[in-house]
Amino acid sequence: MIKVFSWITKDTNIDFMKSKKITYFISLTLLALSIASIAIKGFNFGIDFSGGILMEIKSPEVINVDEMRNTLSKLDIDELNLQSMGEDGTEIVIRAQAKDLDEKAQMNIINQIKETLGNSYEYRRIDLVGPQVGEELKTNGVIASVIAILAITAYVWFRFEWQFALGAIIGLVHDVVVTAGLLSFFGLDFSLTTIAAILTLAGYSVNDTVVTYDRIRENLRKYKKMNQTDLLNKSINDILSRTFLTGLTTLFAALALLIWGGDTLRSFAFTIFWGVIIGTYSSIYVSTTFLSLFDLRASQNEEVINPFGNA
Amino acid sequence: MYKLSKSRVVTILAICLAGIFFAVPNIVPNKDALPSWWQPINLGLDLQGGSNLLLEVKLDDVLKERMSSIEDSARQILRENRIRYKTLTSSENGVKVAIENASSRTKASNLFRKIDEGIVVEEVDGDNLLIKYSDVALNQLKAKVVDQSIEIVRRRIDELGTKEPLIQSQGESRIVVQLPGLQNPEYVKTLLGKTAKMSFHLVDSNARATDAKRGKMGAKYKLAYGEMGEPYVITRKPVVGGENLVDAQPAFQEGQAVVSFRFNSLGGKKFGEVTKNNIGERLAIVLDGEVISAPVIQSAIMGGSGVITGNFTVESANDLALLLRSGALPAPLEVLEERTVGAGLGADSIKAGVIASCIGLVAVVLFMVAAYGLFGVFTTVAVFMNLILMLGVLSLMGTTLTLPGIAGIILTIGMAVDANVLIFERMREEVKNGRSTRDAADAGFTEAWATIVDSNLTTLVAAFVLFYFGTGPVRGFAVTLAIGIATSMFTSVTVTRLIITAWLNKYKPSRLPI
Repeated sequence: MIKVFSWITKDTNIDFMKSKKITYFISLTLLALSIASIAIKGFNFGIDFSGGILMEIKSPEVINVDEMRNTLSKLDIDELNLQSMGEDGTEIVIRAQAKDLDEKAQMNIINQIKETLGNSYEYRRIDLVGPQVGEELKTNGVIASVIAILAITAYVWFRFEWQFALGAIIGLVHDVVVTAGLLSFFGLDFSLTTIAAILTLAGYSVNDTVVTYDRIRENLRKYKKMNQTDLLNKSINDILSRTFLTGLTTLFAALALLIWGGDTLRSFAFTIFWGVIIGTYSSIYVSTTFLSLFDLRASQNEEVINPFGNA
Repeated sequence: MYKLSKSRVVTILAICLAGIFFAVPNIVPNKDALPSWWQPINLGLDLQGGSNLLLEVKLDDVLKERMSSIEDSARQILRENRIRYKTLTSSENGVKVAIENASSRTKASNLFRKIDEGIVVEEVDGDNLLIKYSDVALNQLKAKVVDQSIEIVRRRIDELGTKEPLIQSQGESRIVVQLPGLQNPEYVKTLLGKTAKMSFHLVDSNARATDAKRGKMGAKYKLAYGEMGEPYVITRKPVVGGENLVDAQPAFQEGQAVVSFRFNSLGGKKFGEVTKNNIGERLAIVLDGEVISAPVIQSAIMGGSGVITGNFTVESANDLALLLRSGALPAPLEVLEERTVGAGLGADSIKAGVIASCIGLVAVVLFMVAAYGLFGVFTTVAVFMNLILMLGVLSLMGTTLTLPGIAGIILTIGMAVDANVLIFERMREEVKNGRSTRDAADAGFTEAWATIVDSNLTTLVAAFVLFYFGTGPVRGFAVTLAIGIATSMFTSVTVTRLIITAWLNKYKPSRLPI
């Protein structure tokens, strides 16, 4: 059996803590840029949150987008947006996101568009989200994200000392904010599935951090004399191959989804893909370097009981 | 000695076999022949195509109507008992009466309470009485209206012959309607958009429309309009109500599409009396406030059945008959949200999902083999077993698989190997620390367990939150993610362990190929 990637499982001895200052700078810059982008540009909310209609139409022939835009412009619909999708130009997405439209007016638009375009098209998707539901979905999305972050924190708090919980939460918030910033900066569609993707990456990010922390805690017990910076470095190096392997397999899965999963899942897959990268980065350069601010041994003296029975 | 007890081996194998057993229906070509407990995964509407509608029951409209009829009763009570009042108004929140005299106010208040069950009368800002329903009665009323609406919606949709529609209430005033495989949701929305309240009123032939428009008409009459905007002066109260209808069918009369109807005995009797006493008068047929037609009564209609003429096409006669058959909605419905996916897009999504899953799976497996060699092959077995178990659990639980759900499956394929990576890495370390082959293998599993649980639980927390707050497709994602985490913890620990134990026992290697 040839192990092509066996180099990944080689032992390493990299000084991660040395570049602390640079990565702090990078992380803070990313955070600042993200917050700025969110504050200035905001999000490109899909109809899930803004309310509106979305139609996906397919034709046996190539659709002339300009021609269709012209035809539909006679309908007097505000904020009508046409966009070609797919490779062969036979598919098109029509969006109308006028905020002041109520449900009846939205339904009218769908009927008008269908009447104008006629039956030669295949209506592959019709979404209508009334303004009321849009608001509710937005609120629910925010609540879900906050609760997920709190619940994960509570769990980490229960399992580790407070410095660790704090480190995990800072890493988590860092990842979520930077991802949200990226979505905002590139104007990517922000929909219900985006929230799902962000919460999944939150889970992944903390997952990665927890594995690192587990090792740090174990090493704190094992190497009582080692200085703390060396110990943090050793812990990261100990599990570096795992970090890479799991990160890469998850990246493969996300990449397969991104390339072959279809248009509907594209922004979801992109968010996950990015999330794996930023999550891996943050568990080393945010959550773990953060621990170097504390004297972990001081709190290690109290014996921690592992509810899962093994340590 | 590194060994697994016999009972554990049996349990592990039994779970795997059960997983395979319940996953099998997904590859059986003829699914209809299978018993109901042995079915493939339910596909969500975004995969099989169909419409998901969220409807709002306009409870305010019902309450307004209810309150206005209470207003009428109150006015009558006041008149009959000669109680002087200043103003009398109603809104959806209640009926307000201003009575100056305190003793009359008490008297009126006592009388008002008897109007309907659950009515309470409160004194508000000085001289005013507020007649309304108690909170309990109000909630009962609302629940009843929503239940009735669901029933009517079900009847109307059943008339269309949609396969396996799902109709259920959500929250206080909403109805979710899921219609698999429906090609024309617009038609359904049009059908559900009509309350279809029909009633018969006598037309006051002496009244002139111009007078009526200026408000000059008898207290018993009101103004209504026809399809083309032509005015009719009709009795305020219907002479016969549509609730007495038992059947309606489209028919033809003199080459013209009409709707024939039949009353129950009570309605038939009333209808007979009215027609007998008003020969030569016109009878207005009113649907949702609009006069469909107002034919002259030629003779007494005693049989309890008749026809509605009007400006019907074959289709509109069909629709009206359907609406009348299924009954009137107690309140108007409004479409708050619609998600329709065509069967073509659904099929494409499934195809894309399957391709992405296969490629993801192959990539992950190749990578694991490339990184770990033989143990990577063991992982491959676990990864496939995980996939089968996921399918089995999803099929058994009857959960609905959505497109994001497929994404969840692909992601768990990628994330699931984490447990094996953790275990193998730990074995590698133990080997390096000089432990014997069997000890190292054993330690790999036991030492990594806490970390595996820790790291998986955080993702599980996120999945639960998503399930609780998500709707539709997102919920489908949360479900597959959660199930995937659970099954992967099982396969990556127990299945791999089983294989490695068997391998160790058979080949008795001097060192682990890690």
